Amino acid sequence: MHALGAAFAKPGWVRVGASAARWRVPVAGGPKPGWHRSLKEPLAGLRCETAARLGQCATCLFSFSFCAKVSLRKRAMQRAAALVRRGCGPRTPSSWGRSQSSAAAEASAVLKVRPERSRRERILTLESMNPQVKAVEYAVRGPIVLKAGEIELELQRGIKKPFTEVIRANIGDAQAMGQQPITFLRQVMALCTYPNLLDSPSFPEDAKKRARRILQACGGHSLGSYSASQGVNCIREDVAAYITRRDGGVPADPDNIYLTTGASDGISTILKILVSGGGKSRTGVMIPIPQYPLYSAVISELDAIQVNYYLDEENCWALNVNELRRAVQEAKDHCDPKVLCIINPGNPTGQVQSRKCIEDVIHFAWEEKLFLLADEVYQDNVYSPDCRFHSFKKVLYEMGPEYSSNVELASFHSTSKGYMGECGYRGGYMEVINLHPEIKGQLVKLLSVRLCPPVSGQAAMDIVVNPPVAGEESFEQFSREKESVLGNLAKKAKLTEDLFNQVPGIHCNPLQGAMYAFPRIFIPVKAVEAAQAHQMAPDMFYCMKLLEETGICVVPGSGFGQREGTYHFRMTILPPVEKLKTVLQKVKDFHINFLEKYA
Amino acid sequence: MPGETSDCKDYFYLATLDKGCLPWSGQRGRPAHWEAVVAAKQRSARVMASSTGDQSQAVRNGLRTKVLTLHSMNPRVRQVEYAVRGPIVQRALELEQELRQGVKKPFTEVIRANIGDAQAMGQRPITFLRQVLALCVNPDLLTSPSFPHDAKKRAERILQACGGHSLGAYSVSSGIQLIREDVAQYIERRDGGIPADPNNVFLSTGASDAIVTVLKLLVAGEGHTRTGVLIPIPQYPLYSATLAELGAVQVDYYLDEERAWALDVSELHRALCQARGHCHPRALCVINPGNPTGQVQTRECIEAVIRFAFEERLFLLADEVYQDNVYAAGSQFHSFKKVLMEMGPPYAGQQELASFHSTSKGYMGECGFRGGYVEVVNMDAAVQQQMLKLMSVRLCPPVPGQALLDLVVSPPAPTDPSFAQFQAERQAVLAELAAKAKLTEQVFNEAPGISCNPVQGAMYSFPRVQLPPGAVERAQELGLAPDMFFCLRLLEETGICVVPGSGFGQREGTYHFRMTILPPLEKLRLLLEKLSRFHAKFTLEYS
Repeated sequence: MHALGAAFAKPGWVRVGASAARWRVPVAGGPKPGWHRSLKEPLAGLRCETAARLGQCATCLFSFSFCAKVSLRKRAMQRAAALVRRGCGPRTPSSWGRSQSSAAAEASAVLKVRPERSRRERILTLESMNPQVKAVEYAVRGPIVLKAGEIELELQRGIKKPFTEVIRANIGDAQAMGQQPITFLRQVMALCTYPNLLDSPSFPEDAKKRARRILQACGGHSLGSYSASQGVNCIREDVAAYITRRDGGVPADPDNIYLTTGASDGISTILKILVSGGGKSRTGVMIPIPQYPLYSAVISELDAIQVNYYLDEENCWALNVNELRRAVQEAKDHCDPKVLCIINPGNPTGQVQSRKCIEDVIHFAWEEKLFLLADEVYQDNVYSPDCRFHSFKKVLYEMGPEYSSNVELASFHSTSKGYMGECGYRGGYMEVINLHPEIKGQLVKLLSVRLCPPVSGQAAMDIVVNPPVAGEESFEQFSREKESVLGNLAKKAKLTEDLFNQVPGIHCNPLQGAMYAFPRIFIPVKAVEAAQAHQMAPDMFYCMKLLEETGICVVPGSGFGQREGTYHFRMTILPPVEKLKTVLQKVKDFHINFLEKYA
Repeated sequence: MPGETSDCKDYFYLATLDKGCLPWSGQRGRPAHWEAVVAAKQRSARVMASSTGDQSQAVRNGLRTKVLTLHSMNPRVRQVEYAVRGPIVQRALELEQELRQGVKKPFTEVIRANIGDAQAMGQRPITFLRQVLALCVNPDLLTSPSFPHDAKKRAERILQACGGHSLGAYSVSSGIQLIREDVAQYIERRDGGIPADPNNVFLSTGASDAIVTVLKLLVAGEGHTRTGVLIPIPQYPLYSATLAELGAVQVDYYLDEERAWALDVSELHRALCQARGHCHPRALCVINPGNPTGQVQTRECIEAVIRFAFEERLFLLADEVYQDNVYAAGSQFHSFKKVLMEMGPPYAGQQELASFHSTSKGYMGECGFRGGYVEVVNMDAAVQQQMLKLMSVRLCPPVPGQALLDLVVSPPAPTDPSFAQFQAERQAVLAELAAKAKLTEQVFNEAPGISCNPVQGAMYSFPRVQLPPGAVERAQELGLAPDMFFCLRLLEETGICVVPGSGFGQREGTYHFRMTILPPLEKLRLLLEKLSRFHAKFTLEYS
């Protein structure tokens, strides 16, 4: 990066009101720098949005003439900015001490005389930064999502596209897709947030009762206090009671419950504690392929060793213990496999594990002395009539004391999925079984550094585990809303499977649970070549094209992992039924078109 | 001299520490019987480890060793210490439990002056903030006549910017765009018009989250090239904890207690020169107003720090979460960003800076919502992308916290119906805090053996206490830091929970504790007097 380029790579020097030109890193068509390990050098270009709007060349790789041109334009803009601020700026006079205009004039004077050529190398650069962070990848919010954001902006600006809106089917975000929040949950939350409402007649008594109970357990009776780092006591008790109910009476101890900032937080905390050793004794973490990329991202960040075991696509993405054996044996050559992660119901694969399969997994973990992580955030999302959710905890207990008093297990749940879809609250919990008491101390210590999970998220978790019961005022409405969401999801799961399987070159396993379809797609050789020419994974190429041509944003299978030579994408089934039908139809048309084009 | 009863108590403290509280205690010398206990534990652990060969036998005996033990766990996590919620707080929780169970104590309630948690101490939430938030949570209320018009307008504006118009949708990982714009405007106003770019603002789960994220980016290298980070001593232990977790090298620079905890650049030089032998110092953390020390930096001092950072090529982290909490006459908050920009070239265009703010402090004290932001200045664009990627793994900061932050950075304007009440509530909180800061300093300085620098800002006093040699010896026998011993005794006898200075760091041979000034004025007065009396009694007992 030459000096001028570096100077401009710093966004935010000049911004005047809404008409500001902003300087940003480019995305046009290609991946963002840093999203891919394979991209050694960042695409160190700049783009002037104003220029883009005028249809001028949008990117440059720091050719000196371009930068000089921009530099002139930028200076002119600075002068204009200073003028605006001095005289006719839209802002009202400041009550904040120094007058804004003089400070701004000073600042822009600074800008003008800045000796750009003498800029030093930054302290924090791609080369000097934490290499483990650099290695992190997270496809669910990766380049394709950034591209979707850009397209949305372009649509807002009135740029013509073959579609009128971007449909974000990349992430399990139910409410963003129009799902209405559960009324009872929001009522209790509103009461907790603004307790003056406890006097209002427009809230049902059972909602008030719960709000009072939650507030009673909060410091200063307010959601605005820190809670204990492990979470509010009474909420942990409610979680334990919920688990006991769910598991048909298998006891749960509130001391084993840790409330978290979404399930992600719990998963990364437990993994963090588990990782140790160097070289061949470095901790290995077994994860399913395809996986939810939180796992691979956290493993990269912690510099642990990712040990892949493949789910069996031919067999509805079933987990096969022989495959676990193969994976662990191979891994033992180069690391110390200590952890086995299971996602049930599966994300992105949607399979629901049978009881027998869970028993086999537990037995395997016991044999191999593996710490089990059971990601069970989709426990309420089971649609196939012949499938049922079995918690690892329950099966573990029912397998008898050899297992139930030895196998270490952490199980995760969240407010973000299920029928409530309260992603924004970042509520979640983990239950730990057979954790060494000293490790519990370490866990609380580690959690305490971040003080506490958001208390509003904890309150939301409480309502999820302690919903209205028969006989309570809100029960009927609550049940109706819950059933409606789950019934709709089941319908959409079936619809998605059926429609995909009608398309030549797409195969989709049944969506037994969770919120995603992960169909396998056939990509013709020519398309694979075209993708390679663009330095993209073939399914990334496919998804980018899909986004550009239809506005539908899905995540390529390569972000989750898949068997070599197979291609997939993950799509949520969350859009409303009618919209989902349109989306599926559009994907179908696109796919057929794609096959023809690259035949 | 400590008699038999006090020895019983001492044994009790040991028991406290034994109950899973060990992780926090930086224990040095331990008494003989303590060593015996530890040795016995280690023996049994070895026995268990050696028996794992015979799995079935082990299972029959129920003796199978765990996968995850103190020995096998992440050694960096084991090294983390975090005093603000350490053993003393654990003990406070137990005492509260005992009081509830009706156990007789020399006090009727535990006063938690260990943490800056305003609402837990009875501070009322600011009405306007909670009204808007309730409207966002339950938009049915938008038709209710009992909410002011401007609150409704604000709620609608926030909801408009949320996915599906709901707080329940994920936001973009860097935070809702509209709120980032509002934050940028707030910074511009605060800094007298110096521009702030929303693209440089990242919302976070409280300031802690953002601090950890930025430090995480900075850590690299091995051995002599491992990243070193300069932090003040005394410090807020988030810094030492995070550095331990990341395996970075902590480089201490001492604040000058004799000069009201001022930051002295020659001390920065000393610390840096010493550190260069064994690590690669790349970042400098500054907490202003100071936590736990309460000093407010002068503009000259900030300029000197920036010059130092620039010359020595250090990334600056400015922890400015107490920017609204300045009490002392003559003290004024200057943001690092503003001073940096006003210093002009070459500093303004090149010095890398991250500045942090939060909803937890100030006049609002909304700790539970975990709202916060970081503004980065002169940060490499590619690194910013990396930061965004790292944040995206955790999806997004809690959306209610983001909404709250929005209200904090754009409070009601003078023409809004809620303005008068908002302003009155805000002023009341800040004025009371100022009075409490003054009172604390005054009462402590009247007590013999306690000296307290002026509490110019933030929410804590960090008085120095003289401990008699007898107490220091007794503490050493127990394997406790002397000020930990003092604070534990204080808690047991008065119910007052404060954090020993050793948790924040202090010059060798000096002892302090951190106490918040948050309890209501009258309660605080009683508390201060109780504390002073206890100190006098403690001094007498051990001299």
